[in-house]
Amino acid sequence: MNIPGAIDCDIHPSIPGLDALLPYMPDTWREIIQIRGIDGLNSISYPARSPLTARPDWSPEKGKPAATLAQIQRECLDPFGSAIAICNCLYGVQLLFSEDMAAAFARAVNGWMAAELLDRDPRLRASIVVPIQNVELAVDEIERCAQDPRFVQVLLLASGDHPLGKRMYWPIYAAAARHKLPIGIHAGSNYHNPPTAVGWPSYYTEDYVAQAQAFQSQLTSLFCEGVFNRYPDLKVVLLESGWTWLPAHLWRLTKYWRGLRMEIPWADRSPADVVRSNVRLSLQPTDAPPDAASLQRIIEHLQSDELLLFSTDYPHWQFDGMAAIPAGLSPALVRKITVDNPRATYARLMELVR
Amino acid sequence: MNLQIRDTPATQTSSRLAIADCDIHPAVRKASDLDPWLPARWREHLASFGGGRRLGMQSGPAYPKGQPNASRRDAYPPEGGRQGSSLAFMQAQHLDPNNVALGILNPLKSGQGLANPELSAAVCHAVNEWQVATWTSQDSRLKASIVVPYENASMAAAEIRHWAGHQDFVQVLFLSRTAEPLGNRRYWPIYEAAAEARLPVAVHAFGYGGAPITSTGWPSYYIEEMTGHAQSCQAGLSSMIVEGIFEQFPQLRVIMVEAGFAWAPALGWRLDKAWRTLRAETPHLKQLPSAYMRRHVWWTTQPMEEPEPREHLLDTIGWMGWDRLLFATDYPHWDFDDPAYALPLRITDDQRRGFFLDNARAVYGVGA
Repeated sequence: MNIPGAIDCDIHPSIPGLDALLPYMPDTWREIIQIRGIDGLNSISYPARSPLTARPDWSPEKGKPAATLAQIQRECLDPFGSAIAICNCLYGVQLLFSEDMAAAFARAVNGWMAAELLDRDPRLRASIVVPIQNVELAVDEIERCAQDPRFVQVLLLASGDHPLGKRMYWPIYAAAARHKLPIGIHAGSNYHNPPTAVGWPSYYTEDYVAQAQAFQSQLTSLFCEGVFNRYPDLKVVLLESGWTWLPAHLWRLTKYWRGLRMEIPWADRSPADVVRSNVRLSLQPTDAPPDAASLQRIIEHLQSDELLLFSTDYPHWQFDGMAAIPAGLSPALVRKITVDNPRATYARLMELVR
Repeated sequence: MNLQIRDTPATQTSSRLAIADCDIHPAVRKASDLDPWLPARWREHLASFGGGRRLGMQSGPAYPKGQPNASRRDAYPPEGGRQGSSLAFMQAQHLDPNNVALGILNPLKSGQGLANPELSAAVCHAVNEWQVATWTSQDSRLKASIVVPYENASMAAAEIRHWAGHQDFVQVLFLSRTAEPLGNRRYWPIYEAAAEARLPVAVHAFGYGGAPITSTGWPSYYIEEMTGHAQSCQAGLSSMIVEGIFEQFPQLRVIMVEAGFAWAPALGWRLDKAWRTLRAETPHLKQLPSAYMRRHVWWTTQPMEEPEPREHLLDTIGWMGWDRLLFATDYPHWDFDDPAYALPLRITDDQRRGFFLDNARAVYGVGA
């Protein structure tokens, strides 16, 4: 594929190693890291050498995938021809239990991102990593990074301590709305709760598959708690969520909304309406049926061509070669997914592009 | 109440054909109904300590339901007692008018999930005796589920072996919210006993495994818990498939009950995609995950998803297979699916017969 103006909404630069972050930390934290022997925050969400974590041709013999600008340019930006790519850094900041340590690491990750990547390639944008362990500190980090227009989104994980609709998180949404930043919720967990509603699975395969259920739970929470009633212009982007599950989930949520809305009387629009106005999903992975005709039916079930945002999910292994766009989509839909929908979602992107 | 009343398309509303109802909830009239089968030790234990679960409340649900006992307000028996506690009224209100030819009993307050393993086993056994004495021996249309103390697999397997061959029991019942994912090896002795007895394993939504209903903590509302059962059941079923129980027990059949079903195709596609990339981790799997699902798993229909347009559901059922669905009303619960209105779609007579009756007869081996 090579679509002029395409916006890749989900790529994953790796922090090459903890050393890379040290220049972006104050002395006290550098010292703590050294004294305590902290050697990195690498989440089990993407085991280092798992085939899904890096496609074989994007997996270097030494070092991490997507860990240098040269790798990102050579393997992702240049071949796919994207006009813009949004970096979602999946470092284990959210896994920490100390609020202060999380804030220091979040700040360092964002500092590294701006200096090492955003400053060096005008095609790159990034999401703000926040210390969600403490909402006040998270808002501080949003306020700090929002001064840089190349930060276009706030990044959260699909599983954390509490469902994301909970009122305790609303200051984050207020800050995001203030700065026209969508909330990007990415696959992954802080593992403070078991990865599934029935406990810890035995296999990584189950953990990865279960990410889709985590997104379903978050969508339920955001809808039921009334986040979009309070912040009607807020956009939430589900990143690396899969999306073929969405219609069935909305059917179920809508059925219970009809039966139980007495419990959430502010929910004055159907879940499907709310998703169409406020929620978007990244394209990869496309958990597709085996035939293109069935994929067409699922797209029909979405009942909107505005929901999907192009992503390669680089360097994760979701497709081979250049097949980032599933076969069988109409040219008009491909244009919406690659260009129009991302532009409509990321307000700050447009300010810079103009 | 804040109810949305919608017109229901009247494509085909005749339900006078005989149906199977694969999810009926019988209740005790009073707790002492189980006394004839409970040893004195456990009667006294219950009186003193109650039946502690992995749940903070001494009794009742974690989230208050939408109505008393989550049941229809018109389902209180005239002679008193809670909804679902009177066979005569169940016959008059549901079994007779809806022409139920086969009704599967799934007792929910059954001792399953009680924290004390011996208490759990004792109450489960009493409930099984009660099902025979009070229900199946009184109405031949009704068949029972063997409720088992699944958190202790050896006791659960013993309960299955006790009843194996008894013609009134047609399945083994789990609640979906287990302490570990359902495919975990700790539960395999139960599957072994079920396969040996040639009984399907039914997994009914709900329960008390201790983990939150989401992977991201406890939500605020009952509606979130109800919606969340679909996520928790997807995780349980994923675990059964990925851990390889269908390779280990090739005869095992699993029925997902009251979990919704429209999520099944997308879960299968996701499992297949992930497995193709990650299969080095699970060499015990010899087929695509969706192939195990297609061969070994059935779903009861209630609460049936209701897309608009309704015809979208035909795609979903087509992907699953029309032979996979077992009609259920959930009587006497509030979200009862009425057989007269549950499937307002233009389908073939074969599909309709399978959906409402023949699929259930086939999976339960209960003839006409």
